[in-house]
Amino acid sequence: MASWGEASQSRLIGKRITRLSGKEKVTGKAKYTYDINRPGMLYGRILRSEVPHATVTEIDLTDAQEMPGVRAVMPLIEAGRKIRYQGQEIAAVAAETDDIAKDALRAIYVELEELPFVATEADAMAEGAPQVHDDWNGNQSNPSRGGQGDVEAGFAEAAVTVEATYHTPVQTHVCLETHGHVVEWTDEQNLTVWASTQAVFGVRNDLARRLELPANQVHVITEHMGGGFGSKFSPGVEGLTAARLSRMTERPVKLMLTRKAEHLVAGNRPSMTQHVKAGATRDGRLIAYDMRGHGTGGTGGGAGFTGPYVYHVPNIRTERTNVAVNAGSQRAMRAPGHPQGAFAMDSLMDELAEKLGMNPLEFRRLNDESEVRQAQYTLGAQEIGWHRRNSVAGSGTGIKKRGMGVGSGQWGGGGGANTQARVNINADGTVEAITGTQDLGTGIRTAIAIIVAEEFGLTTEDIIVKIGDSAPGLPAGGSGGSQTTPSVAPVIKTAAANAKQKLFEHVAPLLQAPVDDLRIGTGTIYVASDRTKTVTWQQATGLLGQETISEGGEWDRELRQGGVAGTQFAEVEVDTQTGHVKILKIVAVQDCGLAINRLTTESQINGGVIMGIGQTLLEERIMDPMTGRMLNANLEDYKVPGTHEIPEIKPIVFDTHRKVSGVGEPPCIPTLGAIANAVYNAIGVRIRELPITPDKVLNALAEKA
Amino acid sequence: MDKFSYVNATSLKQVTSLLSDSRWGEVMVIAGGTDLLAELKEYIETPKTLVNLKTLPDMDSIKADANGLTLGALTTVSDIAMHPTIQQHYSVLSQAAASVATPQIRNVGTLGGNLCQRPRCWYYRDETVNCFKKGGDMCYAVDGLNKYHAIFGDGPVYIVHPSDIAPALIALNASLKIVGPEGDKTVKVEEFFTLPAANLIRENILQPNEIVVEVQVPAPNPNTKSFYLKAREKGAPDFALSSVAAVFEMTGKTCQHANVVLGGVAPAPWRSPEAETVLTGKTINESLSMNAGEEAVKNAQPLTDNAYKVTLTQNLISRAAMMAIS
Repeated sequence: MASWGEASQSRLIGKRITRLSGKEKVTGKAKYTYDINRPGMLYGRILRSEVPHATVTEIDLTDAQEMPGVRAVMPLIEAGRKIRYQGQEIAAVAAETDDIAKDALRAIYVELEELPFVATEADAMAEGAPQVHDDWNGNQSNPSRGGQGDVEAGFAEAAVTVEATYHTPVQTHVCLETHGHVVEWTDEQNLTVWASTQAVFGVRNDLARRLELPANQVHVITEHMGGGFGSKFSPGVEGLTAARLSRMTERPVKLMLTRKAEHLVAGNRPSMTQHVKAGATRDGRLIAYDMRGHGTGGTGGGAGFTGPYVYHVPNIRTERTNVAVNAGSQRAMRAPGHPQGAFAMDSLMDELAEKLGMNPLEFRRLNDESEVRQAQYTLGAQEIGWHRRNSVAGSGTGIKKRGMGVGSGQWGGGGGANTQARVNINADGTVEAITGTQDLGTGIRTAIAIIVAEEFGLTTEDIIVKIGDSAPGLPAGGSGGSQTTPSVAPVIKTAAANAKQKLFEHVAPLLQAPVDDLRIGTGTIYVASDRTKTVTWQQATGLLGQETISEGGEWDRELRQGGVAGTQFAEVEVDTQTGHVKILKIVAVQDCGLAINRLTTESQINGGVIMGIGQTLLEERIMDPMTGRMLNANLEDYKVPGTHEIPEIKPIVFDTHRKVSGVGEPPCIPTLGAIANAVYNAIGVRIRELPITPDKVLNALAEKA
Repeated sequence: MDKFSYVNATSLKQVTSLLSDSRWGEVMVIAGGTDLLAELKEYIETPKTLVNLKTLPDMDSIKADANGLTLGALTTVSDIAMHPTIQQHYSVLSQAAASVATPQIRNVGTLGGNLCQRPRCWYYRDETVNCFKKGGDMCYAVDGLNKYHAIFGDGPVYIVHPSDIAPALIALNASLKIVGPEGDKTVKVEEFFTLPAANLIRENILQPNEIVVEVQVPAPNPNTKSFYLKAREKGAPDFALSSVAAVFEMTGKTCQHANVVLGGVAPAPWRSPEAETVLTGKTINESLSMNAGEEAVKNAQPLTDNAYKVTLTQNLISRAAMMAIS
């Protein structure tokens, strides 16, 4: 049975290995799509609607077409069609410079008949509200209902109940590199695309289908990319438009979204509002959970969220609806549905625990069936110093009050059979590992090098890793669902093992030993039963002559495992005069199976926590009910964490087994509840609506007083 | 942005004559450009000509002597923040400068630009919104979303003045020198700024053909304690939700004289005579400091989303007063 071997036998796997492209990235040498410039390249831009709801009555491209330096102008919507959100595409241009392209957009004449709109969930749900979709009845989907057990009977057994409403606003992805592509037709039938994507083969297949090209005539390259978080699986309107502009002009075209467009149209995490009533028995067992909730995914659906979450409840009744508003559509965003659900559930858990007079951690222990998390509670509590927590919320003295909280999460991340890979050994000793996956930032490039180097007794620098390119024809899945490492690693591992076996077959006659008696040393191959018999890696590969060993692998299920648990503890300090929440420390205990690279696993946890901090304290898409516009489609008023917001983060890689699990998403889940509960513990007032900004803290304190 | 011609300034005379033939916004001056460039990119301003002031000689220096400070309008915000004399004797000014934006912006942003910067209001900064400040007939913040807007100033425009340095200068009784085609004049910084009732569109008394060239700060009494407290949502970069520039002349725990000027709460830097009156001549203690805060905000007129600024401002003033005795 395939295995990753014992930890004691690993030279590289599980160690802290510096990211292979790290130096290139921090020195600016790494080329992102934004950095790609091709000879004769034009700049593409898209004209977008500034109004949220309208019928297009006329588009006149003439003035733009006649501008010097403009090479192509194309409509992206026809007269008579409807605009349903600010930012919706109207037309596109390609020009000799980006400035000319920008000027050309302003020369396009567009006549719109503006329509009444709904910018917020409340407006959309009001009686007689304007409809976002003509074929809907109102703006709410039919409720999806779920449940188990008997909720009424459960409440009859409850000693305490809590009824509360929790809300999280729409959050946008804020990819540091905005969505975009550089496209170049090498001839009429062959297209090369540099894409900022988390799915090289997804972009290839999608563009090929839309452009009616054979898939193998679209070549997609993503050497480095600046963040996707679930929003970069497809070429989108902008990718297809870039390809069409390039075809029209027979020139390469670069088309990257502006920061404003990135906020407006490139996806977001839907909002969540849940009205929940829950009960627990006197001895501290959750007994009933009754929830009605809704969220908006803009014009799109899919505003799902988890609830109840993590903890076991025997009697459940839930009802969820999607609310459509005139705003850009949601897309998958790091652990879709989980952070917002976890925020509500972990807040609820603390509210119930308080009514029971129980320590919230003990209350969790009683209701959490995960043995992994039970162990994590102990570890995390120790690390944060849980005994220092206020036993009575808000009981600290002074202007700045401290508090602690805990939150939990879970995720899958078991990977899938979606990856083809080859590992090559050349006669000169060089090694290549090739697959069509992409490095979303998770460090898969380094992980691949580690796995191959471990198998061959080499160092990571000895392995040339070729990823982020569709040309070798080795497809891999998109990087989503925390699936990349558990999908790719087993294939690389078995490919390397197969290649090693082939090399052993060449070496066995020389060492006069059977193949299964050969072992890999450090830069050597030796005979297990007679360690005096040895050859260096170079000598061994030299035997290949004109041959190159090139082996594929298979997705061996035994090498990976899904289902991870996590818990986080936060300590905060709330300035009761300014309402400012300062996070002092976050302990993130994250179950992740075998961490191929402990260093990048810790980076994943840090990144998840930082994103969770943003969602808890700062981030919110602000829609103006009056104008229907997003008022903060920038990085001034849409605030993401900076260095001042990032506390000491203690990532604890909780590796419970030696099978690979994905860990990209789960660390952003427990952060919200942990911080929100810590704020309550500090000030004794609960804030049930994110983000927890100074206005909300001050208003809550004023209400309490 | 729209195309414009670019002129490197050679003399103040040349600058004012370039300006004097134009109407507002046709010819504009640029120094650090940290605000103006963003306005150009968003088509909030569309000048035909930009005059680069950075080529003017001798306008970027700090002179400190027994009488006070003379600051050229081209002095960078970081130079003010880092200047040892300012740090020691004018701490409110150095703290205010240090709280501005980011190191990169402070390194190029200038004193004159900081005082003359335009509002951050999200309606004003939106090209498609034609509000009072752009010649329109309403302030969108009144019925719109106004979390970051004014609680003082009586409207009808509810922007807040974004400068951190201006409240500090007013609290230090500073003056500034304005040059126009007819020569120069010196006004108190406090009198430089105007409220919407006097001018809906502009935030100060500058005429289209005038520029700020220098700021003079009298040396404070040696027993002065001064502070700049700035509350914001994000550590940096972020504009003030509310800020307090406080300058106290102290004898022991007794406040002989108090200057309290608020930022982020009104369309102009907002002096609080109410807080000054409570504190002046009194021994500061916790209840007096709280009283100063309460008095300062008793005439506040919050909008729908910004009542928290009343509490916040009140608390910041109390905190500043308590700092004078700690």
